[in-house]
Amino acid sequence: MIKLKFPVFTFVLLAALLVLAGCSEKQVPNTRGVYMLMDTSGTYTKELKQAQRVINFILSNLNPGDTFAVARVDTGSFSEKDIVAKVTFEDRPSMANQQKRVFRDKIDDFVKNVKSSSYTDITGGMLQAIEYLNEAGAGHNMILIFSDLKEDLQKGYVRDIPLQLNGISVVALNVTKLRSDNVDPREYLDRLTSWQEKVESGGGSWKVVNDLERLEAILSF
Amino acid sequence: MSFNDVFLLLPSPVMSGFAWFFILTTVLYIARTHAHKAIHSFTRVIHNAMRLSAHSVQRAEKRMLERNTEVLLTQGREATEHIIEREFERINDTVQKDLSEYPALHRLLSEEITSIDEDYQESTDVPPAPPGWLKAVEAVAKIPGAKGDPMVGHVLEDIHQSMIKANTRATEEYRKASHKRHQLLNNMMPHWRKVSQTLAQVDKNINSLLQRSVTIDRHMEEYENIQARSERAVQRLSSSSLTQFFISAFVLAIAVGGAIINFNLIARPMSEMVGGTSQLMGFQTSEIAALVIILVEIAMGLFLMESMRITRLFPLIGALNDKLRVRMIWITFGILLTLACVEAGLAYMRELLMQDAAATRALLREDGVEVIESSYLWITTAAQMGMGFILPFALTFVAIPLESFVHSLRTVMGIVAVAFLRGLIWLLRLTGNIVRFSGDMLVNFYDLFIFAPLWIEHQVHLKQKAAPDKKETESTDNVGYGSL
Repeated sequence: MIKLKFPVFTFVLLAALLVLAGCSEKQVPNTRGVYMLMDTSGTYTKELKQAQRVINFILSNLNPGDTFAVARVDTGSFSEKDIVAKVTFEDRPSMANQQKRVFRDKIDDFVKNVKSSSYTDITGGMLQAIEYLNEAGAGHNMILIFSDLKEDLQKGYVRDIPLQLNGISVVALNVTKLRSDNVDPREYLDRLTSWQEKVESGGGSWKVVNDLERLEAILSF
Repeated sequence: MSFNDVFLLLPSPVMSGFAWFFILTTVLYIARTHAHKAIHSFTRVIHNAMRLSAHSVQRAEKRMLERNTEVLLTQGREATEHIIEREFERINDTVQKDLSEYPALHRLLSEEITSIDEDYQESTDVPPAPPGWLKAVEAVAKIPGAKGDPMVGHVLEDIHQSMIKANTRATEEYRKASHKRHQLLNNMMPHWRKVSQTLAQVDKNINSLLQRSVTIDRHMEEYENIQARSERAVQRLSSSSLTQFFISAFVLAIAVGGAIINFNLIARPMSEMVGGTSQLMGFQTSEIAALVIILVEIAMGLFLMESMRITRLFPLIGALNDKLRVRMIWITFGILLTLACVEAGLAYMRELLMQDAAATRALLREDGVEVIESSYLWITTAAQMGMGFILPFALTFVAIPLESFVHSLRTVMGIVAVAFLRGLIWLLRLTGNIVRFSGDMLVNFYDLFIFAPLWIEHQVHLKQKAAPDKKETESTDNVGYGSL
């Protein structure tokens, strides 16, 4: 009889663990969703090579199950047509690697053939990003804005819309200083502050990373 | 109502303090006897409760000791019975193997002895006697007449010649007969050697049986000691059990290390099979799948060892009939082999995945660093596959230390429980005694607080005691004077 105690005890312990696991709170999926907006307006197209390196870095850091999309910021960015490439990586690591290579090729093609746009609709891009990430349903979401953050809307475009960024981290990358910023740095600082307020009032978190060597830290969410 | 309202009986705080001291001292002095009783009763209650608890725990400790001894003796008895049983099985095997051949051996020996006997009989046949008339030939040759008479000489010469011929023939026959005897004796040699070898084999077998009987005697003595519940047997078993516990724990730790390596080998490629994102109870499904494979391997190893009757963790398996048991051995071995092959495949896939990931990373980095394809890469691949194949079989042997660990754990847990109970007894007794003497100490502190009325009481007592003495002395003096 005493010999039976050990297996019985183990069984009871396992059953208790299973019950506890079942009773625990609904878990957030351990997947990541990243949406990157690339500014293609005016002279910022020169920075796209840098953006390409950032995309490759992000690709190498994403895992199976993660979602990644890259979209351009042009005159009217609230459109699926502006999404250059999008992918949700397969469960199987080998397939995910293959998808990464295909994604990289798409971005290469885009960077080679990109034409600069006349206007810069960052808010539209943000709205598109929020919609895409909400649909993707990843556990942790992030929007990367590769731009100088100078919004320049075409006449008639309405973008005075509050952003619903609940739980989404927004990171501004490579926010270059414009010539006018050099004349009056307050313009640059005001621009950053206004974006920060816009994001934080929408329930998101805001961060600026100009040194792209620190990208690794922002991706560990 | 504030504290000051209650405290300040008089306008001056100092005076109020004195007033309170006086009141409290008076009250405490009046309640002194009852307070002493209350303190003593309280401490005595706690002391008695502690003493009773200690006594109860002591009884539990005694029962635990008895249970430990019982467990030790039962385990020792079972182990010794098992050993003796095995020794008898070996003797049975030896007897069946060797003594079943005894009639053939006997026949062989009889045949050999008969052959030797026949050869001996043949060799004892008397050879033709050497010619006895040689002296007659010499005598004829020495006859003097042969020199004088030619006729006689010739006759004698002829006789001499024929005798020499006859002698030569007889000598040859004698030699032939002797040679034949020697030949027969020579033929006996292999028979002697064979008999000697057979007898040596018999001697070896008998010695083996004798050695086994000595071993059985030793184990029987141990068994008798255990049956007699001798102190020596208990001590020996306890020491043996502790040694077993530590050794088996050490070997199990090594096995856990092996299992972790095994896990790392197959966890990554498992994501190719079950997906790399799904989770179960907060863990990656691929990791759980890898863990399950390893656990299944360990379970199969346990069943294999059990079916081979190396371990005795599941008496039901040991009690199966031999046919079923052998089937079970082959089935578990088959499953283990399949799992080992699966693991080897997974280990190979792991290498492929790592190469693929490295190539993708290099492509994405675009830093000009190309993945160098080493010509020695096959060595690591082969090593991983080899480990993937061998580790499941290595884990099979976990069953042996596990059995020792489980069995010795009962004893060790018993020893730990006894030590804990002894500690508890000591703590209860200590607490009880501290409380008991704290009562006396509290009484003394109580008296210290009301030292003033006690001092007055003491003085009054002294005076009261002195007054009768004085009276007595005076009355004695009067008597004295009177008598004088």
